Amino acid sequence: MKAAIDLNDVAFTWQGRTQFTLTVPNLTVPEGEKLFLFGQSGSGKSTLLSLICGITHPQSGTIAVDGVDLSTLRPSARDRFRAERIGVIFQMFNLLPYASPLENILLQLSFAPARRKRLGNPQEEALRLTTALGLDRDLVLNAQTTELSIGQQQRVAAARALIGRPRLIVADEPTSSLDANSQAAFLDLLMQQCDEAGATLLMVSHDARLAQSFDRTLDLADIARAERRVA
Amino acid sequence: MILLRLALKSLFSRAVTVSLTIFAIALSVALFLGVEKLRTGAKASFADTISGTDLIVGARSGGVQLLLYSVFRVGNATNNVTWQSYQDIASRPEVDWIVPLSLGDSHKGYRVLGTTPAFFERYKYRGGRSVTFTQGAAFEDLFDAVVGADVAAALGYDLQDSIVVSHGVASFTDHDDKPFRISGVLEKTGTPVDRTVFVSLEAIEAIHIDWQGGGRSQNTISADQVRQMQLTPKAVTAAMVGTTSRLKIFGLQRWINEYPQEPLLAILPGVALSELWSLIGVAETALIAVSVMVVITALLGMAAMIFSGLNERRREMALLRAIGARPWTILLLLTTEAALMSLTAVTLGIGLLYTGLWLARARIDAAFGLYIEITAPSPREWLVLGCVILAGIAVSLLPAIRAYFLSLADGMQVKH
Repeated sequence: MKAAIDLNDVAFTWQGRTQFTLTVPNLTVPEGEKLFLFGQSGSGKSTLLSLICGITHPQSGTIAVDGVDLSTLRPSARDRFRAERIGVIFQMFNLLPYASPLENILLQLSFAPARRKRLGNPQEEALRLTTALGLDRDLVLNAQTTELSIGQQQRVAAARALIGRPRLIVADEPTSSLDANSQAAFLDLLMQQCDEAGATLLMVSHDARLAQSFDRTLDLADIARAERRVA
Repeated sequence: MILLRLALKSLFSRAVTVSLTIFAIALSVALFLGVEKLRTGAKASFADTISGTDLIVGARSGGVQLLLYSVFRVGNATNNVTWQSYQDIASRPEVDWIVPLSLGDSHKGYRVLGTTPAFFERYKYRGGRSVTFTQGAAFEDLFDAVVGADVAAALGYDLQDSIVVSHGVASFTDHDDKPFRISGVLEKTGTPVDRTVFVSLEAIEAIHIDWQGGGRSQNTISADQVRQMQLTPKAVTAAMVGTTSRLKIFGLQRWINEYPQEPLLAILPGVALSELWSLIGVAETALIAVSVMVVITALLGMAAMIFSGLNERRREMALLRAIGARPWTILLLLTTEAALMSLTAVTLGIGLLYTGLWLARARIDAAFGLYIEITAPSPREWLVLGCVILAGIAVSLLPAIRAYFLSLADGMQVKH
């Protein structure tokens, strides 16, 4: 079976006011797996996700996503690759405030023509996803993005990540802004849709309680080493 | 396409700052175009100060000087044209009409021009418009006077009012023994005619008949006595000449310039006017420079506005990157926004200008005699408007390039 994510001997150094180094000897996520990655803040989880998404590039080592070695891609091809194969959900600020919820979902497709091609009617698919994620059709069509509650915004973000069936969903603390009740409900719906789309789910969080429903749980501290040094 | 929609939506979401910025650019564009219109209007009005006159004849001096004292009543003639020379010119076959101009006296700071009633038919301005009377008519009686619109307005003159002409341009000696009666008031023309008091050529002769060498002689002659006398002038200051055919202008001009009995000068008013305008041209350049600087200031304001928005938009850019936008897309989004703002501003500026012109035209014409034609922007103005949009895009490149590098550095997450 092809691995959805495969990292080998990855070392990344970010040189800012402080020098930050992240090393990942090995991380393999099989296709279709739902992996919970536990990490405290500052453990380098955002950096790891940036590496996997091809936004930042390691100084050494290889990162393969969906069987493609990212280092073989030119920067613009990496951006395209990300648009086509990965759906991203953040903790907050997932949506453009000036675009409607529906436009936010469809915006993903304008960067990913292949994902669009997979869909007969993108708007219907967006509404199918949001309905499945528990959002009112009327809300998605007519509400202002800024009127939505955080929970609703996260569902719209999930729909955007899922539309056009990308191979991988990367979620960075997607539930941390939600209250405990909605956290579980949101995760259930997200997993359900990942199953339906046949997507691999990689979620990072500092909240270990959320790990239960995942196929596998890893502690970032076990697979990666983060070092900070004042320059 | 998606970029255009995003840019529009993003602009709409910041309606207040965006519309203020657009309004500032629009105002500067309207100012620039307005200055252009005023400038070309002033130039056209100036060039049209006198039309229909083929030649202006005076004593030999410079062309601009002759134009200045004969048409603009600025400065003084160095010499006169003798009545004999005037008669010789008038009797040339090429001459269709000739109007004498006799200057030298004033009335409360306004020049007094001695001429014939034909002046009011022959003097044309603004492409052939005739001078018309708002009240009364040209002089009939020896001591009738016609006043220009500014004179009447400034001094509050009406028909039948009595006025006294002063001797010379800046003297305190009045021709108070021979007062004039106002027989006509002229309409505003926006030319020096408005600031002139017109009397007949004979009247000029009459008020000076008992004067010798700049002073009143002992043997005074009363106004009644003078009516019985022969009042042929000995000289005139200048003359306006119309020829029977345009083809004869240059031949006549040469004949006058080579007139052996007296050194004379004949000029084409249009040529002398453009010569004079080129002297004033420096002010024109200054006006353009100022309005260009205002446009640049407004565009820099827009660049500053985009810059100041960058920080709060970093998350938006990071998000766009995360869902697959290239850094180039971010740069393009910002420049598209600037292009849209500039385009809207230019359109609004044109709208402001034409509304303003339409509203103010009649008032400007009445107050300054400046007639501004409402015409479509000239190719030169279109070019400038295009440059404003391009310059808007160019200045937005500064913040856009910064955004490009910020989004490269930030990646998917904004680092604080």
